[in-house]
Amino acid sequence: MAFLELDKAWFEVGEAAIARDVSLVPAPGRFLALIGPNGSGKTTVLRLLAGLLVPTRGAARLEGRDLRRWPRREVARRVAVVPQNTHLDFAFTVRDIVAMGRHAHLGRFQPEGARDRAVIEEAMRRADVWRLRERLVTELSGGERQRVFIARSLATEAPAILLDEPTASLDVAHALETYELCRALATEGKTIVMAVHDLNAAARYADQVAVMQAGQCVAQGCPADVLNAHLLAEVFGVEAEVFHSREGWSAFVFHRAGVAAR
Amino acid sequence: MTRRDALVFLALTVLLVAALAFATALGTANVPPQRALRILWDALSGAEGDYPAWQRTVLVWVRLPRVITAALVGGGLALTGAVMQAIFRNPMAEPGIIGVSSGAAFGAVTALYLSATTFSMLAAPTGAFIGALGCTAVVYWLASGARGRVATTTLLLAGIAVGSMMSALTSFVLALSLRQWEVGRQMLSWLMGDFEGRSWGHVALVFPLTLIGSLWLTLHGQELNVLLTGEESALSLGIDVPALRRNLIIWASLVTAGTVAVVGAIGFVGLIAPHALRLILGPDNRRLLPAAFLGGATFLVTADMLCRLASLSELRPGVVTSLVGGPFFLYLLMQSKRAWAG
Repeated sequence: MAFLELDKAWFEVGEAAIARDVSLVPAPGRFLALIGPNGSGKTTVLRLLAGLLVPTRGAARLEGRDLRRWPRREVARRVAVVPQNTHLDFAFTVRDIVAMGRHAHLGRFQPEGARDRAVIEEAMRRADVWRLRERLVTELSGGERQRVFIARSLATEAPAILLDEPTASLDVAHALETYELCRALATEGKTIVMAVHDLNAAARYADQVAVMQAGQCVAQGCPADVLNAHLLAEVFGVEAEVFHSREGWSAFVFHRAGVAAR
Repeated sequence: MTRRDALVFLALTVLLVAALAFATALGTANVPPQRALRILWDALSGAEGDYPAWQRTVLVWVRLPRVITAALVGGGLALTGAVMQAIFRNPMAEPGIIGVSSGAAFGAVTALYLSATTFSMLAAPTGAFIGALGCTAVVYWLASGARGRVATTTLLLAGIAVGSMMSALTSFVLALSLRQWEVGRQMLSWLMGDFEGRSWGHVALVFPLTLIGSLWLTLHGQELNVLLTGEESALSLGIDVPALRRNLIIWASLVTAGTVAVVGAIGFVGLIAPHALRLILGPDNRRLLPAAFLGGATFLVTADMLCRLASLSELRPGVVTSLVGGPFFLYLLMQSKRAWAG
């Protein structure tokens, strides 16, 4: 029984199919990168996996049971989400936001205990926002906010973390830190699914990639097999030069299709 | 809760108690303040004192219920204003935003119009309460789409549309009634918001809903906080967002309907008190909601006291709240950086 899976899942709005016949089995201990052009359905797939959207056909299951039949609270303890849009209008402190990750673990009259506080601190340290803990989220940069939301997902202690382009507004150093953090979390046994535009990062850090195109998952497998010049030309419409690092991962340099490399 | 927050709460409580005491002790009927406090104490402890009976009557049967009504209304409106601002994630939200107040106004004037001959203390409150809840129910029903999903923007716009229709109908009924001077006067008085002649009967009307509703809302402060970070975000953290939002709107509407029914439309408290306290305490609803209740109660009790002391029946609590609250709010806005992000 898979921990988390999409089984021939469709998501349709009227006539349009935003996800069509997607089957995906992110596995514990694995870092799955979800790649594809804008509008190819990456975010929809993440939402289906998190139970935020219900498939119009097919199924999304958690521990073998249809996600619709899970209480939200129980899902929240198992699947954490780092949203793409982290904009906030309300001046909460960083710690307030990260502490919200404990919500599904606490009863209404139950204050944070010592263990909750320890989990919150550890989450802030791992996402490198510990020194920001007293700051207001409204005063942070976009990249800092994204790390705060990563910390919040860690505070949930959920075994699966779904991230929607978490590095979109991070500088190169913090982006690398985020990839390495996800890599480490996967190695510790978490299920990591990350929608990501940086194909070099997908090739280097992920165990598996799933390639989305127009709502369909057109290829999945280990990066070395899937990410080749042919597929990248097909899906993204770019020409890719492939380089191989000494450590065995591939790196790409892209050129617009039809524009020859100099 | 930090020490600073604890101090803020202590200050708010002291201010409210002081406002209640002053508002009861001071008035146009000539009872010396010291004796007034004595009488209050005796009334509470059940003792008799050697002062004229009318003084005790004025205090216990006229001033005290009026002051307590003002406190409950101010507290209830400020708290529901804070809740609405959180539900709609909109700084302009106030308790009447989804048509509660305009529905109440229409209900009240209709009831007054129909009961013009058989004048009853309960006519306006009953009509207002029915109008408020009816209007809210219609707005909520209009805004709920497929599978019970309610979009906040739709709710907001439906509230504005239904609200303006209610205002038009209110004006129409008012125009119909202008030939009967006394009925028209009653209606205008209600529409402007009034604490005049509020008795223990009114307190009994407003008390249970306001207190139970405020308590329920306060206990959901952390859920509201999570909701502020976004709908999907709240869902993913384990909150049943549609159910939570429905229950929050139901309770906030009940509290607002209860207060509006008893005293009419009192503007500004529900908008300004939550803002002022958010600037002081930050946006955490676990602290903000109870603080808004205390602050709103103090504010309205004080405003009403100023009206009475000015001995100008033309000076309405609603006018005072706006005239005093506006500048105070602007001051806080200039002082603090903990404003809405911009």
